[in-house]
Amino acid sequence: MVKGNLKKSVATLIALFSLLVVGLLLAAPRQLTQAAQAGPVSLTAAGATFPYPIYSKWFDEYHKLHSDISINYASIGSGGGIQQLKAGTVDFGASDMPLNDKLLADFPFKVLQFPTVLGAVLPTYNIPGVSASLNFTPEALAGIYLGKITKWNDPAITGPNEGVNLPGEDIVVVHRSEGSGTTFVWTDYLSKVSADWKSRVGSGASVNWPVGLGGKGNEGVAGTIKQTPYSIGYVELIYALQSHMNYGTVKNSSGKFVKADLASVTAAGAGASRQMAKDIRVSITDPGEPSAYPICSFTYLLIPVKIADPVKLDTIKQFLHWMLTQGQNDAEPLAYARLPKEVVAIELTQISQIQ
Amino acid sequence: MATPSIAVARPAPSRFPRPGGARAFVERLRSGDEIAHLITLIFASTILFLTAWLVYELWVHSALPRQTFGLGFLTASTWDPVFEHFGALPFIYGTVVTSALGLLIAVPIGVGAAIFLAELAPHGISEALTFSIELLAAVPSVIIGLLGIFVLVPILRKVVEPFLKATLGFLPFFQGPAFGIGFLAAGLILAIMVVPFIISISRGILLAVPTEQREAALALGATKWESTWKVVVPYARTGIMGSVFLALARALGETMAVTMVIGNDPKISASLFAPGYTIAAAIANEFTEATGDLHLQALIELGLVLFFLTILINAFGRILILVTTRKGTSRE
Repeated sequence: MVKGNLKKSVATLIALFSLLVVGLLLAAPRQLTQAAQAGPVSLTAAGATFPYPIYSKWFDEYHKLHSDISINYASIGSGGGIQQLKAGTVDFGASDMPLNDKLLADFPFKVLQFPTVLGAVLPTYNIPGVSASLNFTPEALAGIYLGKITKWNDPAITGPNEGVNLPGEDIVVVHRSEGSGTTFVWTDYLSKVSADWKSRVGSGASVNWPVGLGGKGNEGVAGTIKQTPYSIGYVELIYALQSHMNYGTVKNSSGKFVKADLASVTAAGAGASRQMAKDIRVSITDPGEPSAYPICSFTYLLIPVKIADPVKLDTIKQFLHWMLTQGQNDAEPLAYARLPKEVVAIELTQISQIQ
Repeated sequence: MATPSIAVARPAPSRFPRPGGARAFVERLRSGDEIAHLITLIFASTILFLTAWLVYELWVHSALPRQTFGLGFLTASTWDPVFEHFGALPFIYGTVVTSALGLLIAVPIGVGAAIFLAELAPHGISEALTFSIELLAAVPSVIIGLLGIFVLVPILRKVVEPFLKATLGFLPFFQGPAFGIGFLAAGLILAIMVVPFIISISRGILLAVPTEQREAALALGATKWESTWKVVVPYARTGIMGSVFLALARALGETMAVTMVIGNDPKISASLFAPGYTIAAAIANEFTEATGDLHLQALIELGLVLFFLTILINAFGRILILVTTRKGTSRE
């Protein structure tokens, strides 16, 4: 009986094994033929979380137009996107910060940067009894975040806000706790308007904050401000628009107090277009344009200059072209500021550099 | 393996097991033992292997900051990703302070509740409460963190912290502005998160104390409480300590709920009202957007520091138990 059992199980094993072999033999040629056809193209990308809503809309729309092309985007953060692109695990990356020369030098291949949409960062606050929209000068914002201006009734704040009764309470400063493109834009702006900030803190996705509480994400900052009387913080324009938050205006370099909206943000991008023809990575915070809101930035797609696979090369070039032209119409319904036409023109010529 | 089956197959099997059959049975058991031994050994060494692998990976990927800062990484208190100065001390401080505060609150409550549930409460109530406590342990930390921001923090800011300031304000722990957010909030959140572990495990351990222990104490004239406190709890002490260590491990590594209420400011301050930062929170916050290699590797080194910190605290705790246990026996 035992021998019988043994035989039986050996027979079963052989049967299973041969089934497997036959299955593999049958399956293998089919796979080979599939690969040989031009067939569906699948691209993978990873990076920034801030533009994720518009990117997923674009990739979805593009898939509807070209049913054989699918682009998968993982919103793992700008740093992650840069790392993945460097490691060659994705076809292209996305970052809220332009890659500086030091980061580019680390790459084993050349990378082109394509601005896709614009975002803005704005000051928001919670002062019991004050419902007016406050005017902030660059000096006031830098002073508050450096910890030099500590009371709401400091002349630097009350000066441009005549008629608003600001209390003599301590200012509670709130910032983002996690590394984020929002923090990069905010600190990039403060570095430009304050030499003191530039030398003491500098700009980056995470910085060494002189003062303040850290809230996690836009919602963490907004929540902390809502909970804490006499607090000030910064959030993205999209978040403020969608959650109907009160926010202040900021004085731009032409001396005008501008409230952030989609038009004033696009204007900031247009103002920088002349410099962008030379270097597309130029920072657009504190631009010279009189109608521009001063605290805004592009978000970028990072595309390798050389793409070996000819199918992928064509697909990426065509997608970029579509994104810069038709795709821009999808931006404003999602509360992103669209690219100014001057910048689109620069980028369209840059596409031809991809080989 | 073959013999018993052949015996069954015989036309007239003996009613009594033959000596050969018994020996074969023992042998089979033994070989089964060996298989079981081998399998469990493999499982046990998997844990060891995983741990060693983890340390290896953390070690290899943190080479850059180890070379740049050396041991200064542990003692420096600036964390500046822009100018690339990295020091772990504020994070180590924050991790230790919040975990200690959490346990300080959770251990008395947890052990007390476990004693009530195991020894004093009627069976039905004990079962019902234990069930709900185990449910509490399953609440995701992000939910606890949100409750922390929207419920706990306002109460701390408006009621608890002003009260502490007014009564115990002469102590350095209760000074400075009351934001609600800070070490105290993080410690309380951790206490809420680890208390179910302590209760659930300690109750199980207390229930496993042999009834004879209680009966003997009662027979000697002890009251119910005396038998519980002087006989049952000391008997279960090692197990209860085990539950505290599990709670400690959870507290040291907790990320989400803590980062939502601690204020995320890498500074060392004696006041519990001040904002701070923990190692796990810093890694979670900065890892995704860390672009420079030094920044990224400094975060990985933070992970290494947390690993060794956990080992160190556990070892310290175990030595503490050893010492106190010896004291206990020598006195009796």
